[in-house]
Amino acid sequence: MKLNGKTIDVKQGTTIFNLLESLKLSDDKVVVEVNYEIVSPEQFPNRTLNNADKVEVVSFVGGG
Amino acid sequence: MKAKEDLELIKIGKIPKKEELEALLVARHTQRVHDKIKKSIVGIAGLGGLGSNVAISLVRLGIGKLVLIDYDVVEPSNLNRQQYFINHIGMLKTEALKDQLRNINPYVNVETKNIYLEEGDVKNCFKECEIVVEAFDNPISKAMLVNTLLKQCPEKYIVAASGMAGYFSNNSIVTRKITNKFYMVGDGETEAKEGSGLMAPRVAIAANHEANTVLRIILGEKNV
Repeated sequence: MKLNGKTIDVKQGTTIFNLLESLKLSDDKVVVEVNYEIVSPEQFPNRTLNNADKVEVVSFVGGG
Repeated sequence: MKAKEDLELIKIGKIPKKEELEALLVARHTQRVHDKIKKSIVGIAGLGGLGSNVAISLVRLGIGKLVLIDYDVVEPSNLNRQQYFINHIGMLKTEALKDQLRNINPYVNVETKNIYLEEGDVKNCFKECEIVVEAFDNPISKAMLVNTLLKQCPEKYIVAASGMAGYFSNNSIVTRKITNKFYMVGDGETEAKEGSGLMAPRVAIAANHEANTVLRIILGEKNV
């Protein structure tokens, strides 16, 4: 699977929520795009990923 | 003076007429560019270090209308990076910034909303805006605003910001195009925290990345 341009392996059934956990990212500080479509945060626990997917995760840090 | 030299007399503090300010913008930017900027309506969520700087740049450009949203008041600790002055301390940021902007262009159209923006407010607050600038401080609010706009207002452009703390390199602040409608500025990493707080130069660099991205979108330049 492509994650922010890098190739990684995902286990069958990995959800976006699982992925964020493994990246140590909070699900309330990110915007996630899978195959050029934005996925709403309420879908994170349900949406599963596979190795053909192209995923972009944009995370926000504090300050402004 | 020699023959055929032009002499211009400038009276201190004299407010230029609307037509005069407009003619000066046209002369500097060209008619085609000015006409597009003048028609644009841009929303700014958050009027702190990012938002106050973005608003000032856009007004100097001659933006048609701004919709400015914040609930906060100006405090002395803001003065290290936010575009407020001593006489604004204690004022609502919406009022203080409107005062600033009218001192740049007295004819600018500014609408303000003094609210703490929640998910349910987003669509209505920005209904007139073609472009929305995310200028919050809190990363949860940043994500909420961007996700809400992308879902509920897919026709609007969003310019958001993340990572602009301290005095790290100028050159790590970039603008990225994430989707057709969603742009991100900042270095993506440097969180505002103790030992690496927000400082005027980098915050203003990020803010002007946002402002120039807004300008480029208005003028049809969709790439970064």
